[in-house]
Amino acid sequence: MLFRLTNSAGQPRYLQLMQQIRHAIESGALSDGDQLPSIRTLAEELVVSPGTIMKAYSELEHEGFITMHHGTGAFVCVSRRARRLGDRVQAARERVDELIGELRDDGLIDAEIRRLFEAGLLSAVRTAGKP
Amino acid sequence: MSGPTVIETMGLSKLYGRSYAVRDLNLTVRPDRITAFLGLNGAGKSTTIRMLLGMIRPSEGSGTVLGRRIDDPLESVALRKDVAYVSEDKRLYNYMTVEQMIRFTNGFFPGWHDDIANALLRRFELPAGRKVRHLSKGMRTKLALLLAIARRPALLILDEPSEGLDPHGVEQLLEALVAHCAEGTSVFFSSHQIEEVERISDQVCVIHQGRLVMDASLDELRESWRRVDVVLPGGAQVEDFQMQGVERVRTRGQQMSVVASGNVDSIVARASESGATAIDVTPVGLREIFLQTIEEN
Repeated sequence: MLFRLTNSAGQPRYLQLMQQIRHAIESGALSDGDQLPSIRTLAEELVVSPGTIMKAYSELEHEGFITMHHGTGAFVCVSRRARRLGDRVQAARERVDELIGELRDDGLIDAEIRRLFEAGLLSAVRTAGKP
Repeated sequence: MSGPTVIETMGLSKLYGRSYAVRDLNLTVRPDRITAFLGLNGAGKSTTIRMLLGMIRPSEGSGTVLGRRIDDPLESVALRKDVAYVSEDKRLYNYMTVEQMIRFTNGFFPGWHDDIANALLRRFELPAGRKVRHLSKGMRTKLALLLAIARRPALLILDEPSEGLDPHGVEQLLEALVAHCAEGTSVFFSSHQIEEVERISDQVCVIHQGRLVMDASLDELRESWRRVDVVLPGGAQVEDFQMQGVERVRTRGQQMSVVASGNVDSIVARASESGATAIDVTPVGLREIFLQTIEEN
């Protein structure tokens, strides 16, 4: 797989790399189970900081496009479940953003909102833990 | 600043006579990344690096490198075991051959990796049997780099490493730096070459006349800086664009060019409120950001 990063684009390079990998997956150039180059190999090939590759890979993992296994590397993952999970996370993020916006409009400060979220999660855990 | 640091300075200063070579420098360098120390010639880069390594004493202020105080002679000796330094003048012994220089150096460092040294020797195409005295400037740099990297240091500090290298040599240098950062070495290198800084760094610290004038991630800079070119048939009113994020405004007739470090949406909105007939937003490269920043300071 050939990737190409530019300096002139007003866009962080990890985003450029993410788009190119996503495009390669969507266009079929990379398919399910294909191994991506190691962070070191790709950093050397593209002559960019390994941090750039790491960031792109971990964002893509978060979106469900790839999976990373410690020690063995990153693999393309186009399973429907993973993609659905990516979509669900995206949808959830929008709902959370919306709720945060409403709470701020109600005059709550971020520290209070954070405490409410944490408290809510804790009580949800306790409820779920009950038989 | 939260999290661990590999380099941290507090009010670090160096006076030569009555003038400051470095003044009130607060530098924070984080691990596992490549940090560039960018500045013009004479900005104070080498003086700072020499203070970090305990080679010269700060006039004021203090600092730590890998958690050790730089102004404590005992700690700075211990420090030099974990930090590899490639200096501008590449301290090598002229009477030794490349091979002798490698064997001589590995004796000092228990963590020495022969495999890395051999791989770099081949990769840099260094003549093992040639006397250091007869090496070109580029070869000297590559040998110094080999000696530094084969130690697998926690932190690699380089002072203008690409000086004297041809384009092929620069490429080999940058490849070696990113590869060894991936192996867990934090890299801090000084440079006045914007292109190489822009290519491999995660973070860029700009020093100008001894002071730190910028400390930013390259990703943030790429995302936030923009040039907004506007055509205003009614004539441009510069005062209307004295707003947050605007770094520079230039006008010529009906044309106006705004360079901004952020807040671009509001600038575009202001332009269209002012009756702009054309608005063009384009990215700004590190060269221009750098020149703009040092001009301001």
